[in-house]
Amino acid sequence: MSATALPQISTRRRLTDKVMRGSLLAGTLIALIPLILIIYYLIHKGLSAWAMSGFFTTDPTGSFFGSPGGIRSAILGSLEIVALATLISIPIGIGVALYLTEFGKDSWFANTVRYFVDVMTGVPSIMFGLFIYIVLVIGRFGGSGFAAWKGAVAISLLMLPIVIRSAEVVLLLVPSSLREAALALGAPRWRVVFKVVLPTSASGLVTGSLLAIARGMGETAPLLFTVSTAFALTFSLNQQMNTMPFLIYTDITSPRAAIQTIAWGTALTLVAIVLILNLLARFVASRSRMA
Amino acid sequence: MEASATTVTGGRSVLERSPIGRLPDRVLKWGLSALAALILILIVYFFIRLIGQSGHVFSTYGLNFVFGNNWDVQANIYHGGALLFGTIVTSVIALILGVPVAVAGAIYINELCPRRLRNPLTILVDLLAAVPSVVYGLWGVFVLAPRLLPAEKWFASTFSFIPWIGGGIPQLYNYFIAGLILAIMILPIVSAISREVIATVPSEHKEAALALGATRWEMIRMAVLPYSRPGITGGAMLGMGRAVGETIAVVLVIGSAPKIGTHLFAQGYTLAAVIANEFGEATGIHTSALFAAGLVLFVLTLIVNMIARWFITRGSHGTRGTGATGMTIASGPANEK
Amino acid sequence: MNPPDTTKEQTDMSTAGGPSPDRPEVAPQAPKAADAKKTGHAVNVKDLNAYYGNQHAIKNVTIEFPANEVTALIGPSGSGKSTVVRCINRMHEEIPGARAEGCVTLDELDIYAPNVDVTAVRRLIGMVFQKPNPFPTMSIFDNVAAGLRLTGTKSSDLKALVHSSLQSVGLWDEVKDRLNEPGIGLSGGQQQRLCIARTVAIEPEVILMDEPASALDPISTLKIEELVDELKERYTIVIVTHNMQQAARVANSTVFMLDGEVIEHDETNKMFTNPSDERTERYVTGKFG
Repeated sequence: MSATALPQISTRRRLTDKVMRGSLLAGTLIALIPLILIIYYLIHKGLSAWAMSGFFTTDPTGSFFGSPGGIRSAILGSLEIVALATLISIPIGIGVALYLTEFGKDSWFANTVRYFVDVMTGVPSIMFGLFIYIVLVIGRFGGSGFAAWKGAVAISLLMLPIVIRSAEVVLLLVPSSLREAALALGAPRWRVVFKVVLPTSASGLVTGSLLAIARGMGETAPLLFTVSTAFALTFSLNQQMNTMPFLIYTDITSPRAAIQTIAWGTALTLVAIVLILNLLARFVASRSRMA
Repeated sequence: MEASATTVTGGRSVLERSPIGRLPDRVLKWGLSALAALILILIVYFFIRLIGQSGHVFSTYGLNFVFGNNWDVQANIYHGGALLFGTIVTSVIALILGVPVAVAGAIYINELCPRRLRNPLTILVDLLAAVPSVVYGLWGVFVLAPRLLPAEKWFASTFSFIPWIGGGIPQLYNYFIAGLILAIMILPIVSAISREVIATVPSEHKEAALALGATRWEMIRMAVLPYSRPGITGGAMLGMGRAVGETIAVVLVIGSAPKIGTHLFAQGYTLAAVIANEFGEATGIHTSALFAAGLVLFVLTLIVNMIARWFITRGSHGTRGTGATGMTIASGPANEK
Repeated sequence: MNPPDTTKEQTDMSTAGGPSPDRPEVAPQAPKAADAKKTGHAVNVKDLNAYYGNQHAIKNVTIEFPANEVTALIGPSGSGKSTVVRCINRMHEEIPGARAEGCVTLDELDIYAPNVDVTAVRRLIGMVFQKPNPFPTMSIFDNVAAGLRLTGTKSSDLKALVHSSLQSVGLWDEVKDRLNEPGIGLSGGQQQRLCIARTVAIEPEVILMDEPASALDPISTLKIEELVDELKERYTIVIVTHNMQQAARVANSTVFMLDGEVIEHDETNKMFTNPSDERTERYVTGKFG
């Protein structure tokens, strides 16, 4: 009897829908604004620091008058300390992850370890600095107070949970059929691990490691309590050493405009390195056979 | 052949490996187990040493250390209530400002945005996590704080009737700026977790809503948000954990005043910031007080993170977070999936 | 020799005013009761083509679904039955990369017309899904009221409407004492009836059912089928099923589809006892699918 007419969707509903969708888009854009602003200022102010003579090739002079110098010792110091931290945390981290996936599996011990690793990911970075301070610096372990290697240990602790968790995820992706095939051929456990599991998951492990390294490069708080700083270039790991994050931290509070500019330049350098590491990680991940 | 088919010299069956042959496997297993145990030992050991270094302070001040309000370096008195206050206030500001933006972004990316924009937007939001905290501090000091000061002054005078929020005289470095920077810093992690949780909403519930004639927003409101609420809450708590522990960015923009600020734009202090600032010149009981502050901070982050984890595992409705969620939680700021 | 899309078109039973468009009269149907009393709404699908990206899933499908009748869609998996149904309430386009072309009308209304609000279409054409999907965070009451709340029904009216919906699906007595409990706490069969109650609460004109009983036990299935039989008094029903006995039990007429095309569309009895197309015959006798 009735011809069908489409019911009217109330204007209120239509309006609400439009408004809410607009708000969600607005929220997304708001989230991007800080990123854009930070990148803008980094480039804007950092490039003028990069243009300063000797920025990359000289060390900071530390003097209040005259040339402020460059940041060479900071760059090399950062690289050195993070390299050492990497040497410590990557093998240990992958080792623990291997234990969890190959041996511990679902045992109460393995699950407890997993839980503690989870806990470690939430620990603020300053805590790692405090820990190493208490354990290594106070007692002047190794004959030195603040020392570069102690900073490396603190940073490796920070990187460790990241490496473990990402490695575990990647190792779990190795199909158990591969392991079983190797075992069925009579290979001992250790062979399976080194010849099958690790090679298959290699690119995923590299990706996770690169991201952990990127994180390690940017941390300041652990360095405050373990390495402190120095101006001159040094390669000795048992002494204080300059690092980029520390340099930025101290330069921010300097009254000299030139030094503030150097802070921006250092920040741009640091961010550039971190971004390159991130891009590298993405690149490796995209070429992974298991992506 | 005299020996039976299954034995060789020495009484070993051909099926057994020699003890030497078994060695590498054993070494591997026990070596890796030791490494794993190392993790447990480290954390426990840290607790013990930290308590050792700060126990003195707790025996002197008792709970006043945590809740009393008198941090006076000159007089060598250390009641850290103002620090706890600042830590919590800045984190709450970070949550209020950051979580809605992060969740809005997560909903938009998952439910509303055109497919080809999804990946680029995700990468951009996650990129915020790659910025080191000292760079946030740098930007906060030279860009954000000075530029927002006029607006803060306007806000404080316009809304002076709201207690604590308005009515004061805004300082250059204050709770608000610290909270705002923290909000930006926690965006990536809250967004990443929210995105994952929202992506797990079964399409059958979304279809049920749409089939009833719901608009897109109504569908999100009926089917997506209620389902995702526990997971998003967990993500927000993880963000709070991050905010509570953040040191460098905060110490540069909070103003370092160990008092309970009387308004939003007053100078303040946090547990992490005081440690970073006063450490260099502290001695004796001052140093112990800083360690004690570290202990309080540690316990606070542990509690917040435990609550977060509980929400997230509830929110993934039974799936263990070793998948992508695990990766996100584990990798913290600098990692994108 | 039957051309691939031998569609049997039925006399338009819509009582919308105005002349019905030209349609060739085809094979006579079994007599229907009281044509003059029909107040229902018919759906006409004409030359429908649907795609998932580049995959051509539905090819030139034309079907008439008469008012107040149950029409079943049968066919092997992948034949496109669900896709056809999803094109009727425009759920098909929710899938990324999916699109539909052709003409679908509800009575005289072209639901694919450019100005049509898709949410309004779905108000009129409801859907019940294969897997019961009550909203997990809502109580039984809230589930049934969900659609009503969308359209701004006053909360004072909600109780009565929820009551009558639950009664019409035979669920009232079973849940009247626990309306505030979560909807997912019910058994599978109850959940599905809850979903049907949720659908009928907003008084659609057509109800689409995509294998509504395939996830349920035999007893619940029977209850659903009885329900379908009652519901057709008030609604036009399209039911997708892979169970031919089910089609025989509930459907007035049946459409057999294969590879995205309509092979045969006839009164149910005739299709199962004396199908015209040999492919239909092979399917209903179980030789494939």
